[in-house]
Amino acid sequence: MSGRTYNSGLNLRGAFAIFKNELMRAFRTIFGSILSPVITTSLYLIVFGAAMQDRMPGLGGAGYGAFIVPGLLMLTLLSESTSNASFGIYMPKFTGAIYELLSAPVGVAETLIGFVGAAAAKSLILEAIIMGTAALIVDYEVAHPLLALGFIILVSSAFSLFGFILGLWADGFEKLQIIPMLVLTPLTFLGGTFYPISVLPEPWQTVAMANPIVYLVDGLRWTFLGTSDFPIGLSFGITMAFMIACVTVISFIFRTGWRLRE
Amino acid sequence: MDLQIRRGEIFALLGPNGAGKTTLIGAVCGLVNPTGGSISAFGLDIRQHWREVRRRIGLVPQELAFDMFDKVIRQVRFSRGMFGCAPDEARIEEVLRSLSLWDKREEPIRKLSGGMKRRVMIAKALAHDPELLFLDEPTAGVDVELRRDMWAQIEALRQRGTTIILTTHYIEEAEEMADRVGVINKGQLLLTDDKSAIMARLGTTEAHFILAAPMQVVPPVLAHYPIVLEDGGQRLVYRGGDGTGKGKREVAELAQDLTRAQIAFTGLETRESTLEQIFVDLVQQRERELAA
Repeated sequence: MSGRTYNSGLNLRGAFAIFKNELMRAFRTIFGSILSPVITTSLYLIVFGAAMQDRMPGLGGAGYGAFIVPGLLMLTLLSESTSNASFGIYMPKFTGAIYELLSAPVGVAETLIGFVGAAAAKSLILEAIIMGTAALIVDYEVAHPLLALGFIILVSSAFSLFGFILGLWADGFEKLQIIPMLVLTPLTFLGGTFYPISVLPEPWQTVAMANPIVYLVDGLRWTFLGTSDFPIGLSFGITMAFMIACVTVISFIFRTGWRLRE
Repeated sequence: MDLQIRRGEIFALLGPNGAGKTTLIGAVCGLVNPTGGSISAFGLDIRQHWREVRRRIGLVPQELAFDMFDKVIRQVRFSRGMFGCAPDEARIEEVLRSLSLWDKREEPIRKLSGGMKRRVMIAKALAHDPELLFLDEPTAGVDVELRRDMWAQIEALRQRGTTIILTTHYIEEAEEMADRVGVINKGQLLLTDDKSAIMARLGTTEAHFILAAPMQVVPPVLAHYPIVLEDGGQRLVYRGGDGTGKGKREVAELAQDLTRAQIAFTGLETRESTLEQIFVDLVQQRERELAA
């Protein structure tokens, strides 16, 4: 056995093993991982789309159903990417199975490809299903499909990274839920999911601009409708900056072993 | 702590709870950030060459820790992949069969018995064919039959050339399996040596002769034996020898000398010191030294 040779480079097989394991876990719990968010989003579309169809001004010519599709996609994208990644890394910490990750030849790159990649991939699968379901309920078009795909990938990666940090930080299930429930979901609801920011009276319009989720919802809405309240570059820029900040924090965590190693 | 492990040996690290056994293993395997010192494996510094070193090390932690809802075979495949090995179903089958898990391969782990779950932990650690395997309390909480079974598994691994470091507080386990033993307490390595050398150096024999009639003094003809009278002269007690059998021989000679000297005895109890006594004595001695 001692005659074996070892590659000291990036352990791509290790990264793929984590990625595959995480995806399999999602398919094992298909109701909670996939069906539940699809049904919830469909209900939003049916209830809000139908109830407020003729009551919302300033939609740039789009029907209300088509208007809220990008907002609802963003709502699901943020919450699912965050919770997928946070749950993915928290569970091995909770069960003790994290020992295997720490003792394996996988570093920060492989870990992120595995856990964050899988969380982002799950979100993308979910987004595709929701878009397909939404097409059955409301009429909508995607003005810039490639940019929409690129933006969804960017946001899902950024918030999966954020979820990964949450999962590392959390030392109990309550902490795991607290940020998505008390911060992300309210900010998304207040971030223009169901209405354009431009219809808000002052000072709320200015206050709303301090909510970073506004730019994400607005960015995705631009890729769908072709119109937006803010430049699309701003939405991409904010998402990229958030992503870089998350990668920096994760690198620091792996370097110091905070919440990972004794 | 300065400790070197020889290739292909079974090294048992003994110590009471909280002695630092798991911390030491954690430091080698990447679970603990060492605050100082250096650790090398296969001649490579584990910090500098962590990827290569970790590919060659397997760890079976004390706690059962895996995805309970996953199937046995998938968890073993996952471990193999995570350590960078190409898929090899034949090797996975071999590992599972060697641990009597093949028939359970499609079972969710949560449905297995405690002993089977522990085997899954070992299978996961063996999936990437490690050259060095750490077993942290491998038989903690398992029944006697399974413990014997585990020992046989560990011996089979050694036969394949795997170096094994196991921690245990079952002295019987170290006595049964280890080539060398290290005794650790409060983060200090008290002793490291071949098991047989420790037994020879620190092992003793104790024999109690129940005399038919009490004696007041030890007869001069027996004075060269390490014996004393106890229990009001009703017991002649021998304490001596070492772990090589010298004690047993001397007790036999003493019995013959008693007969020749026409000193009758109605009973004989002998006791060989075990590694456990040696271990307890060492730990207690060190604690007395520290207290002084």
